[in-house]
Amino acid sequence: MLTFISKRILEAIPTLLILITVSFFLMHSAPGSPFSSERTLPPEVLANINAKYHLDEPVINQYFYYLGGLLQGDLGPSFRYKDFTINELIAQSFPVSAEIGIWSFLVAMLIGVGCGVIAALRQNSWWDYSVMGFANLGIVLPNFVLAPLCILFFSIYNHWLPPGGWNGGAWPYLVMPVIAMSTSYIAQIARITRGSMIETMHSNFIRTARAKGLPKYRIIFQHALRPAMLPVISYLGPAFVGIVTGSVIVDVYFGTGGIGQHFINGALNRDYSMVMGVTILVGTLTILFNAVVDILYAVIDPKIRY
Amino acid sequence: MNLSTKKTLLEVNNLKVNFRTPDGFVTAVNDLNFTLAQGETLGIVGESGSGKSQTAFALMGLLAGNGVIEGEARFNEQNILTLNEKAMNRIRSKEIAMIFQDPMTSLNPYMKVGKQLMEVLILHKGMSKAEAFEASVKMLDAVKMPEARKRMNMYPHEFSGGMRQRVMIAMALLCQPKLLIADEPTTALDVTVQAQILTLLNELKDDFNTSIIMITHDLGVVAGLCDKVLVMYAGQTMEYGSAEDVFYRPTHPYTQGLLKAIPRLDADDEYLSTIPGNPPNLLHLPTGCPFQARCEFAQDRCGESMPSLQEFAPGQLRACHKSVDGWVA
Repeated sequence: MLTFISKRILEAIPTLLILITVSFFLMHSAPGSPFSSERTLPPEVLANINAKYHLDEPVINQYFYYLGGLLQGDLGPSFRYKDFTINELIAQSFPVSAEIGIWSFLVAMLIGVGCGVIAALRQNSWWDYSVMGFANLGIVLPNFVLAPLCILFFSIYNHWLPPGGWNGGAWPYLVMPVIAMSTSYIAQIARITRGSMIETMHSNFIRTARAKGLPKYRIIFQHALRPAMLPVISYLGPAFVGIVTGSVIVDVYFGTGGIGQHFINGALNRDYSMVMGVTILVGTLTILFNAVVDILYAVIDPKIRY
Repeated sequence: MNLSTKKTLLEVNNLKVNFRTPDGFVTAVNDLNFTLAQGETLGIVGESGSGKSQTAFALMGLLAGNGVIEGEARFNEQNILTLNEKAMNRIRSKEIAMIFQDPMTSLNPYMKVGKQLMEVLILHKGMSKAEAFEASVKMLDAVKMPEARKRMNMYPHEFSGGMRQRVMIAMALLCQPKLLIADEPTTALDVTVQAQILTLLNELKDDFNTSIIMITHDLGVVAGLCDKVLVMYAGQTMEYGSAEDVFYRPTHPYTQGLLKAIPRLDADDEYLSTIPGNPPNLLHLPTGCPFQARCEFAQDRCGESMPSLQEFAPGQLRACHKSVDGWVA
């Protein structure tokens, strides 16, 4: 297992390097520059700014400057927020998204798996149809529709929750972002769990468990749930990354100040180092959680050994 | 052997298994009758799709959701076909245990073999974990599992097919059930392992005084193990009698055909004898005898009415219009 983990870490380095290189050059090959959209600057000032950020040098030199900084853990200064470094901006916004994300993840797991199992065990019943109906709704209902609906219902009509803000992550500020964030994940997880649970319940070893005279709840919890979770877990790895790196919709509608807004703003403003920063963050998390999924697979399935 | 003096363990009366399908009702088992005495072994023989396995699943209450059962199966004077799930769970594995066709997939691949064995004892016998562990090791020893203690901590994929079937047999015998249903226990195994498993079952049935229903399409298995044989075709009983009679004095054309189709080492045959044709589609059974289309003796009346199952000699029943030596008037 240890060799597996160290191997995965070593593999991650070239993967990340390729990711960084490709995104860096792609980004710089796009027309425009961080300062091109602002009011026209006197040429001297523009030249000064460009020199400060090495924008007057060939892209390849900029690439190596960036890599040099990265090796020291420095994601560079923001091109947009003048007095902030990317490290500071991520340190500020990522914990917010991570908190929303982890809560959403837990909610999605519990409700999604629970509903999926119930739907599978009562296949083609009223339960099954309502769970799957909700799941389809959750998938087709975009969160930019769900978020304002939440605000209407919880804040405007009922005054139960503050319509936005963060306030250090106090729970009234968490509820709506978590609803907006988790709904589609609940739906996906419920669908995957249902399908996989139905398949598992039809397998020969479940028939054996029934022939043993085991009560139904023990067949489900001790025999069926583990194998039925395998496809769910492979979905959860990448989904977890998506969920903790937040969503621009949530950040915009609820003003939570998460990292989601930086994805869009970074790209719109040609904030080169911000785009690189969030790319590296998402890339690293993706590699990390795929490794976690592989490890979980080995924990669940004894046939998988590293 | 005088069967009548032994206590009857299982009595199946007019068992019928139907499946609701989108194309209509399919009758997988049609009016099955047999009795099984304590310690006796019954072989149910037939081709694929003849209803053998569905009979077993019906007795265990393991039919697919669209299956409908009629008739009764009295096990120790109790009709087990009408029991609810909870009552049935007290019988499963404790009184009636089952071994399945495919040992490769019948064990839970995600659970240690020891735990899969122990849970039966903890459930039915109320044993502690330690007691259950020791009893399971003992049972693995009894099915001649080498290094039984060590293997308790292994997963099914670390066992060969034959070893897995031994685990299944051990699991089935843990509570010393009165009846063991073995659904083609050797079909998925290679020939030498088949012989080992059959020898094992033969020894165990005497050691534990267990009755066995052996479901198979292999007549060799029946010959070595069974006291009585029931030959099924398209869900119906063709011939039913002592193993000796059915083997040495088969009277039904289908049984005769099956026996002829066994390749023999001592005969100098150039061709393997077969029964031409295929079993009929259960959705559209012909009127009359289901075997008529493949029967070399078929006559007009075979297409008109299904011959009833009749006792033509003590303890020997058959369903055929052709008499043992000629045609029934």
